[in-house]
Amino acid sequence: MLLNQFLLLSAVLFCIGVYGVLARKNGVLVLMSIELILNAVNINLVAFGALTADVGGEVFALFTIAVAAAEVGIGLAIVLLIYRNRRSIDLSEADLLKG
Amino acid sequence: MSFLAALSADADIVVAQNVFFAFIAIAMIYAALRVVTTSNVVHAALWLVLVLAGVAAQFILLGSEFVAVTQVLVYIGAVVVLFLFGVMLTRASLGDDESVAKEKRGMAAFVGLLLFAVMATALIDTFEDNRLVVEQPQSVSTVSDAIFSKHIVAFEAVSVLLLAALIGAIVVARKD
Repeated sequence: MLLNQFLLLSAVLFCIGVYGVLARKNGVLVLMSIELILNAVNINLVAFGALTADVGGEVFALFTIAVAAAEVGIGLAIVLLIYRNRRSIDLSEADLLKG
Repeated sequence: MSFLAALSADADIVVAQNVFFAFIAIAMIYAALRVVTTSNVVHAALWLVLVLAGVAAQFILLGSEFVAVTQVLVYIGAVVVLFLFGVMLTRASLGDDESVAKEKRGMAAFVGLLLFAVMATALIDTFEDNRLVVEQPQSVSTVSDAIFSKHIVAFEAVSVLLLAALIGAIVVARKD
């Protein structure tokens, strides 16, 4: 296997995630796209860990998974709060701070 | 192109690994595209399961069993269920989501493609034909030794972060 196989796969996933974050209006779907980005990063970390035969890549992938779990919990709580206040999770309507 | 030449000239390494890699990668990319284009939120969550399972499979190909198992437990087991709860609690129209029709896709697709072009060029230039030799899987004891010796401070910080996130989520989402 080549290192680039994994890096390019992760680049594709990352770009699909960026597309999702930019295009989606629904708060839950934006959070799903962020998960795609975080998973792409994890593939990179583990691939470089395998390249250097160092366990550090895996350890940091595990930390990323833990932080992503925390992020999704808080993110969904915020989306829930937006829904409760505005009866909609359309993020383009959450523009109270717009001048 | 040297990258493709190096990939096809790999007679000495196991072909099966490459075949499985390609198979899983294509499924993952298709599922990821469905996650960001489908108009049904529940379907998007289910396509996300496929992507996450594919990532776990790639971890196994890379010889990281423990990360793969954690991926299945945390992501497919917990995060996707959390997403489905989010969909349920916000009643984000279990059928087709009306906000999808209002998406401005052109600019986002342009940014995504541009980003991919830049990254792909840089990656192919830098790591032309670096081989990845996974002789044996990384054992769980090695990983745990590293976590509980060298990275113990980061580990404790992550546990405090998880506690803070738990309390924060309750405080933010509580009704009163």
